[in-house]
Amino acid sequence: MFDFLEGYDLLGAFWVTIQLTLLSAVGSLVWGTLLAAMRVGPVPLMRGFGTFYVNTVRNIPLTVIILFTSLGLSQTLGVTMGAADNFETQNFRLAVLGLTLYTSAFVCEALRSGINTVPVGQAEAARAIGLNFTQVLTLVVLPQAFRSVVGPLANVLIALTKNTTVAAAIGVAEAALLMKEMIENEAQLILISAVFAFGFVCLTLPTGLILGWVGKKVAVKR
Amino acid sequence: MTEVSVAKDDVAATGDLVVLKSVNKHFGALHVLQDIDLTIARGEVVVVIGPSGSGKSTLCRAINRLETIDSGDITIDGKPLPQEGKALARLRADVGMVFQSFNLFAHKTVLENVMLGQIKVRKADKKVAEEKARALLDRVGVATQADKYPAQLSGGQQQRVAIARALAMDPKVMLFDEPTSALDPEMINEVLEVMQQLAREGMTMIVVTHEMGFARSAANRVVFMADGRIVEEAVPDQFFSNPRSDRAKDFLSKILHH
Repeated sequence: MFDFLEGYDLLGAFWVTIQLTLLSAVGSLVWGTLLAAMRVGPVPLMRGFGTFYVNTVRNIPLTVIILFTSLGLSQTLGVTMGAADNFETQNFRLAVLGLTLYTSAFVCEALRSGINTVPVGQAEAARAIGLNFTQVLTLVVLPQAFRSVVGPLANVLIALTKNTTVAAAIGVAEAALLMKEMIENEAQLILISAVFAFGFVCLTLPTGLILGWVGKKVAVKR
Repeated sequence: MTEVSVAKDDVAATGDLVVLKSVNKHFGALHVLQDIDLTIARGEVVVVIGPSGSGKSTLCRAINRLETIDSGDITIDGKPLPQEGKALARLRADVGMVFQSFNLFAHKTVLENVMLGQIKVRKADKKVAEEKARALLDRVGVATQADKYPAQLSGGQQQRVAIARALAMDPKVMLFDEPTSALDPEMINEVLEVMQQLAREGMTMIVVTHEMGFARSAANRVVFMADGRIVEEAVPDQFFSNPRSDRAKDFLSKILHH
């Protein structure tokens, strides 16, 4: 029944999906946290930039962003991501960049809602013992904010996992690209789709369950 | 700039630690602080009382610039209050603050709460900071709770930890913003006792409170505020037994005859 799978590197394709997901997750966590810091910070220029970035990026379709990294950044502006000779690596890195830029807007907003759950008094007490703005944020506010948004961040991570399929648009050999190829070659449309759907559920279901458990575990008691 | 240097000379001459000069602040249309002049000497315990909305808490919070002021000067130990940045952070480290709602860092243990400022602001060694933290927790009577989280402690215990956290910075002056107002009645005394002890040891303290007993027994001076103004300043005995202003008489008559 599953003969059609023969000759295709299904695991290899999903491994690329996992790599795209993990690298973009780390990237967007870092960039998203910086954006959130800008949006709650005291410098008007940074606040303005953060707001502008989030409102722009989250309203552009991911496909447009991914295509832009390839057509705009790479082919027009000559950005090679340190892999000028290897087209495959270059596209993979461009996809990670695009996914990071896009997902960080959502991480920023999830985190900002977390910051709003931290009582004002926590930051006041931190300022009162002489911590500066960065210390107040990194030592007191953000640790508590992160704990309260593990659930929403899990949602973002699940969405990111599925969004990696858009990387197929610029030829990254992840799961969705292989699926397209298989559908074209084999006469098993429904089965192939089901196999890939199952593959994604295998990735995202544990993510949700594990992070849900983590979220309960690290919740701040007040 | 000349005014500042004059203020400095004053301080050197008198030993005044906290000086407020014609301080004004508005919340929108509300004029919460109106021409406040107040001088607190080194080692003095000043209790600020008055009806709700009279500006007592705002006054207290203005002293370490948790509230900005619209006009006037505040100097601490001869130095004008910095606007922001590193200088302000340094000043705040020298001014201990105890809040009505304790505000212990909820994600850190009691011990970590008392160590954080020492390590991150005073750059103290971790071992030294822990020793000092344990000693302070012992002093305020919560040494056995060191490894618990704030939410596991009673309100009185939390507030005593908050006092230890402020003391860990070796502050020049301690501000108390209604430290017992959020406490259950049976826990008020344990906090007041710690404050009494501090006062006896010569700590400079500015205490906003509704605890008239504490004002009577621990204060060197009572400042009575109403409608954003300092209406009366006197030693406790004189203030409670023989208030001069009608506003203070009215206030005392409402709270003392129950």
